[in-house]
Amino acid sequence: MTTLPAAVPAELEERSPASPESARRRTGRRGGLHRGTSKLWVFIIPAAVFYLFIVLWPSIQGAGLAFTDWDGISPTRAFVGIDNFIQLVNDPKAAGAIGRTLLIAFTITIVQNAVGLLLALGVNSRIKSRNLLRVLLFAPAIITPVATAYLWQNLFSPNGAINALLEGVGLGALTQNWLGDGDVAIWAICLVVIWQFAGYSMVIFLANMQGISTEVIEASYVDGAGPFRRFWSIIRPELAPSITINLMLSIIGGLKLFDQVWVMTGGGPGGSTETMSTLLYKNAFQFGDFSYGIAIALVLTVLVAILSSGQYFVLSRQNKD
Amino acid sequence: MYQRYTWRTGILEVVMIAVAVLFFVPAYVLINLSFRESNDAAGPLELPTTFTLQNYADAWVQGNLGNALVNSTVVSVVSVVVLVLLSALAAYPLARVGRRWSKVAYFGFLIGLLLPFQLALIPLYTTMRDLGLLGTVWSLVLFYIGLQMPFSIFLYTGFLRALPIEYEEAAAIDGAGSFGTFWRVVFPLLRPITGTVVILNVIVVWNDFLTPLLYLSGSGQQTVPVTLYSFVGQYVSQWNLVFAGLVISIAPILLVYFVLQRTVIQGFASGLKG
Repeated sequence: MTTLPAAVPAELEERSPASPESARRRTGRRGGLHRGTSKLWVFIIPAAVFYLFIVLWPSIQGAGLAFTDWDGISPTRAFVGIDNFIQLVNDPKAAGAIGRTLLIAFTITIVQNAVGLLLALGVNSRIKSRNLLRVLLFAPAIITPVATAYLWQNLFSPNGAINALLEGVGLGALTQNWLGDGDVAIWAICLVVIWQFAGYSMVIFLANMQGISTEVIEASYVDGAGPFRRFWSIIRPELAPSITINLMLSIIGGLKLFDQVWVMTGGGPGGSTETMSTLLYKNAFQFGDFSYGIAIALVLTVLVAILSSGQYFVLSRQNKD
Repeated sequence: MYQRYTWRTGILEVVMIAVAVLFFVPAYVLINLSFRESNDAAGPLELPTTFTLQNYADAWVQGNLGNALVNSTVVSVVSVVVLVLLSALAAYPLARVGRRWSKVAYFGFLIGLLLPFQLALIPLYTTMRDLGLLGTVWSLVLFYIGLQMPFSIFLYTGFLRALPIEYEEAAAIDGAGSFGTFWRVVFPLLRPITGTVVILNVIVVWNDFLTPLLYLSGSGQQTVPVTLYSFVGQYVSQWNLVFAGLVISIAPILLVYFVLQRTVIQGFASGLKG
C-alpha cells in the first residue's frame, strides 16, 4: 500500500514543466496516494490536543471572562457585558498603561532593530574579530530577563556604575536616580531591553545578509556606488524577510513587556512605568479582580493582532514592489 | 576590493570592539561585585580591595539555587523533547498534504503566534488548580508544550516545504509506512531545524518568569527566575550576595551557549531560510 504524501507542495508543482507527461504523473500520484494522505491527519492530533487545551480554549475562555464580574475564586459569576471595558476606558491608570505600552513597544522596535542592523553590518564585514563579536553580542539574549533586570537595577542606582561611569568621563552633570524619576525610568527600562535583545536582532539580520550573493555587492563597487547607496539600493531590499521577522518579534515582545518592569520598578514610581502586563497582573492577582485583569489582556491581544498583522501586510506589500 | 582589509576596515574593527566593550560593562560590574566583601568601599567600576568566594557559598545555600537549577532543567528538557517530537510529526502532513484540512489546520496553529499568553494564563490557572497540578513543575511542562507549539510547527513546516520530496518517495517505493517514512527518513532530515527549535524553545522556557510566578507560587518547586526573584527580595540590600546568586543562576545556560555557539548562530540562519 502506498502511504506517501500525495500532493506535491504547491510551489514545487508550479515549477514542474507543463508537459503532458508530468500532468499524467501528477494525476496518477494524486489518485494513487489518496488513502495514504487521508490517514496522515492523525499525525496532527497530539500537537493539536496540547494546542487546543493549553492555548486556544483558555484564550477563548479568557475572552469570555472579560465580559463577566468574576473574582477568580467564587463559584458564581455574572455576565456584565462591556462594563469592564467601560471601567477600562474611564480608568486613567489603564489608559496611561496602554499609551505607555505602545510607546515602549515602538521605541524598542525602532532602536533595537537599528542597533541590531548596525551591529550586523559591522560583524558581517571583513574585520578579524567578527566571529568572537557575534558570539559575545548575542550572549545577553540568552540570560533570563529577571537576572539582567536586577543587574541593571544596581547599575542604575544612585551609587551605581552608570553614574560612576558618567562621573569618570566628566559628564557628572548627567548623573541621576535613573529608576527613581518617573520621566527617566521608562527610558531606562527601554535601554535594558534594547541592550539585551539588540544581539538577537543582529543575528537574524546577519543570517539574512549571509544569503546575499557577493556578486551583486561586488557589482555595486564596480558601478561606483557609495556605502549608503549600496546599503539602500542593494542590501536593504534583500533584507526584507529579516526586517519583517525582526519588527514583528520586537513589537510583540514590547507590547507584552513584564519581567524587566516588574523587577526594576514594579510599575513605579507613582505608576509611571506601569505597562499593560504589570497592570493586568496586579488587577488579577493582587486586587482579586480577575475579570478586569483579563479585559486588559483582551485589549492587549487586540493590539498585538492589529499591529503585527498590519505590519505584516505593509511589509509584504513593500517586498513585492 | 571587497575582500581586502583596508584602513577603513581597521577603523570599523576598532569601533566594533569599543561597542562590544561598552556592551560588557554590566558583565564586568556583575563579576567584580560578586567577589568582594559587603563592606568594600571601592566603587562599582574599581577593582575590589578585598577578594572573597564567600558570597558564592552563601548564595548557593541561602538561595536554594541547586533545587531551582534542577527544576528548570527538568521543565526545559521534558517540554522541549515533547515539543520537538510532536511539532515535527504535525508539520509533516501540514507541509506535504495540499488538501483543505491541512491548510485550515496550519492557519489554526498560526493564530497561536498572535495570541499573547497573558490571555490564556488566567483561565488556565484555574484549570491547573482543578487538575491539582498547580505548584508542580508539570503545570509548566504542559503550558510550554502548548504555548510553543505554533512557533515550533511554523519553523518545521517552513523547513519541510523547502526540502525535496524525493527521499520520501524513495522510502515509499521501498515499502515504508507513513510513520516509518516520518521517523526514519523525514525526522533525520530535519536535524538542522531541530537544532533551532531546541535552542529557541530552551531560551523561552528557561527564562520565563510570569508563568512560574503564578503557577508555582508558594510551592517548593521553583524555577531559576522565580527563585532569583524571591532570593533578591530577601537580600536586596546585600548586592554582593545577590550578584553571586545571579552569576550562579546564569552560568549554566551561558556555558551551554558558549559550547554550542556555532550551532546556535547557524541554527538561526537555517531557521530563517526555511
